[in-house]
Amino acid sequence: MKPKVAFYWCASCGGCEEAVIDLAEKVLDVVAAVDIVFWPVALDFKTKDVEAMADGSIVATFLNGAIRNSEQEEMAHLMRRKTQVLIAFGSCAQLGGIPGLGNLWNRETIFNEVYRDSPALVNPDGVFPVTEHRDNGHTLRLPRFFDTVRTLDQVVDVDYYLPGCPPTPNLIEQAIGALLSGKLPPKGSVLAPDLALCEECSRRDTKPEKLSLEAFHRPSEVLIDESKCILSQGVPCLGPATRSGCGAQCVEGNMPCTGCFGPTSRVRDAGAKSLSAIASMAASNDEAEIERILAGIPDPAGMFYRYSLPASRLRRKRQEAV
Amino acid sequence: MPEPFEPKIVAFFCNWCTYLAADLAGTSRLRYAPNARVVRVMCSGRIDPQFVLDAFARGADGVLIGGCHPGDCHYQEGNYKCLRRFQLLKRLASQMGIEDDRLRLEWISASEGERVRTVMNDMVEKVRALGPLGRRKEVEEEAVVA
Amino acid sequence: MSKHIVIDPVTRLEGHGRIEIFLDDAGQVERAVFQVPELRGFEKFAQGRPAEDMPQITSRICGVCPMAHHMAATKALDDLYKVDPPPAAKKIRELAYTTFMAEDHALHFYFLGGPDFIVGPRAPAAERNVLGVIARVGEATGRKVIAVRKRLRAVMAAIAGKAIHPVFGLPGGVAKRVTPEQQEEFKAAAEEAVEFAKFTLGAFEKIVLGNAEYVDLICSDMFTHRTYYMGMVDESNRVNFYDGQLRVAGPDGVEWAKFDTGRYLDYIGEHVEPWTHVKFCYLKAVGWNGFEEGAASGVYSVAPLARLNVAAGMATPAAEAAREQFFATLGPGPVHHTLANHWARVIEMLYAAERMRELAADADLTDPHVRNLPTATPREGVGVVEAPRGTLFHHYQTDEKGLIQKANLIVATQNNGARISMSVEKAAKGLITGGEVPEGLLNMVEMAFRAYDPCFGCATHAQGAAPISIRVWKPGERRACPHVYQVKAS
Repeated sequence: MKPKVAFYWCASCGGCEEAVIDLAEKVLDVVAAVDIVFWPVALDFKTKDVEAMADGSIVATFLNGAIRNSEQEEMAHLMRRKTQVLIAFGSCAQLGGIPGLGNLWNRETIFNEVYRDSPALVNPDGVFPVTEHRDNGHTLRLPRFFDTVRTLDQVVDVDYYLPGCPPTPNLIEQAIGALLSGKLPPKGSVLAPDLALCEECSRRDTKPEKLSLEAFHRPSEVLIDESKCILSQGVPCLGPATRSGCGAQCVEGNMPCTGCFGPTSRVRDAGAKSLSAIASMAASNDEAEIERILAGIPDPAGMFYRYSLPASRLRRKRQEAV
Repeated sequence: MPEPFEPKIVAFFCNWCTYLAADLAGTSRLRYAPNARVVRVMCSGRIDPQFVLDAFARGADGVLIGGCHPGDCHYQEGNYKCLRRFQLLKRLASQMGIEDDRLRLEWISASEGERVRTVMNDMVEKVRALGPLGRRKEVEEEAVVA
Repeated sequence: MSKHIVIDPVTRLEGHGRIEIFLDDAGQVERAVFQVPELRGFEKFAQGRPAEDMPQITSRICGVCPMAHHMAATKALDDLYKVDPPPAAKKIRELAYTTFMAEDHALHFYFLGGPDFIVGPRAPAAERNVLGVIARVGEATGRKVIAVRKRLRAVMAAIAGKAIHPVFGLPGGVAKRVTPEQQEEFKAAAEEAVEFAKFTLGAFEKIVLGNAEYVDLICSDMFTHRTYYMGMVDESNRVNFYDGQLRVAGPDGVEWAKFDTGRYLDYIGEHVEPWTHVKFCYLKAVGWNGFEEGAASGVYSVAPLARLNVAAGMATPAAEAAREQFFATLGPGPVHHTLANHWARVIEMLYAAERMRELAADADLTDPHVRNLPTATPREGVGVVEAPRGTLFHHYQTDEKGLIQKANLIVATQNNGARISMSVEKAAKGLITGGEVPEGLLNMVEMAFRAYDPCFGCATHAQGAAPISIRVWKPGERRACPHVYQVKAS
């Protein structure tokens, strides 16, 4: 009997699903080796089919997306129960991802934006959606929307992490291979090389030994030379503080790394570490001049915590300050 | 009767300057607010912004960094590194809702025991006025309630 | 006999959803509700971000159509900074975009909606998917589908950095030039894409149009709604995915409006119902009159069928011939049969492939001048494209440093929200008429939304769950919603 495998998505975009489909012809080898028992984007199995399975009968579940509402939390618990090896699949599940930027706000401010302050909105009666609606004897429920986005491991025990937004097909293929052969690293490992991205970047040889920058430029302000280290050109690139494994695709596209693979194992708060690396490069010892240079980074939280705010040490902006 | 709020300050002091100054304040029997938990580092340049955020996440209401005056760093440039990181970290902390007075950098040389007292008293009062940061409680509760 | 049936989750689409079906004592459908429980909040957490980050941030609204968000955002940046990209940049952008349209439409046909027809709507659940499609069309054809898709994805990645979450969009152009070697591959890939699109159209004609039962289903009243339609067209009123004006046609097919994309707020309103999270788009001048079709209701539709309905033609020859055959078969325009979206989609795939071939052969493509740097102070910008699933609007207001102060996103499937609700309701009512409800029948209810190729991650970008509730009202209840609900503070 083939081992059972499942895929599920929480607060996500479907990009991780597309990454699996981007295995292309290798997907056929995968489906020959495993039995996919749940994958809403592609297959018609329903949640009740999963509930009917015996606990632990699914060998591996790839769970992507952050935990934004109560339904996603319940699904995380369900999949954990039914699965032997639970893999946090992609940046959102591992670190909170881009939906994690919602942690700079909360439910009230978000609802107000959408149902009260939106430009095209016509809502004279101030109608807002609710978690329980009764009409004509029927009850319709919506999940509870949390104030705070959480990572998967803040909700359930996670066995492995596949980083990236999305994880690249080569890493997915390796992870599946490791699962099927039983040659898995220690529990809790991130299934990608434990090196910084600069190691695999094709522009590595043009990166100076000491990076000392007189200015930071926003990509909209300058033309980026296609052959030189992007950071050396003064455009913040998070390669030095980001885990490798992606092939430096963004740099190949002539844009800086934005940190989606998250930190290496030696870092606890990805944003703080990349902030430290970048700030250290300001070429001045004078407070006012340093301020001028750092003004080239107008949005530290959005730059350094783009994918990792829920996983950060502070997790979210103080509620009182929202 | 509820306990009045006593701010918890985590202070990172560099070994060669500020920590000695704090020692000097002690041997000079200068009294000042006892709210700080002092962590000695070899250089202010050793301070990883992660330490600062970690302190706040574990319940600190304020974080104070003390290093050598510009030009006096025992390791030449370490304090400048600290300065650059600190300036960007301050802006990040502000975006995270941490008020300006809770995160502070001071240059205090080994002979400036008096300055340790002044800075510490001032910071404690400012943080007392702001109230508890409350991050530890929030972080723990989010694990349960979100 | 069950009085309450739940389809959870809906499958073979992007996004989350569930369908609740309530039966009366006679086993008839009293009410069918489509709920989408997800929501993330892009419009809110965009605030404070540098505008140039928006193409990469908003692409995370959807990993199936990230190129659409990336492109709408990039065009909004052009408008924000009042900077016009050089010709090569526009062609590079459109080449990546049209390649994406061809690939995404192919994905839907073979992986998402197509299985219902190729394998059969009531085939066992375990076969109603791409693997069942491969089993039906044969492994050689199946491998061909996979290989062509892979090649198109490689073209997108070569131009845009990544196929999933592109990086190349900047105000005034793109980040990277195209090399002559790359252009050779793009030309070859485009040839293959055109052949493949023709093959897919042929497969559709054989498998779907050659099956009388399917044709009856497509033309059935159960899957038909007579609404307004909206789509982007060029100056000759031909379908254009990348740029143009927006044209709206009435249920009678006559042009109702044609406007510059920057004026969308004059035309489109968002309606909130107390029992759902998604906001329903409608034509403001007509007004919101409930989940109704017809000229007196502001409900309108977007995406392939709508685009064919509002256009006077396709801009490339093979696609135009296919379009003419479409209307010759299903009657003079407009075509109101929702399932005809599947056919329209394949015709659009052919146009996208032919357009890819035109752009790939363009001599300007390898011009190294791919960017004009912005000089103006940013203030406000609107960027609109036709995403695979409908018209996509990005609208930003910034401060003088270009940090987002306000973002308004009206996203493809949202435009279709009301009509999707109506389609699921009508299909449920038509299909479930008492007695046992086999699983295959429930799948046919799902087919009512699958035709739109919906993307609920897109539709619910706004933070705070945007479920789409589709309700079947009892006669007489249709228009009034007597209850007003306030969000519970908690």
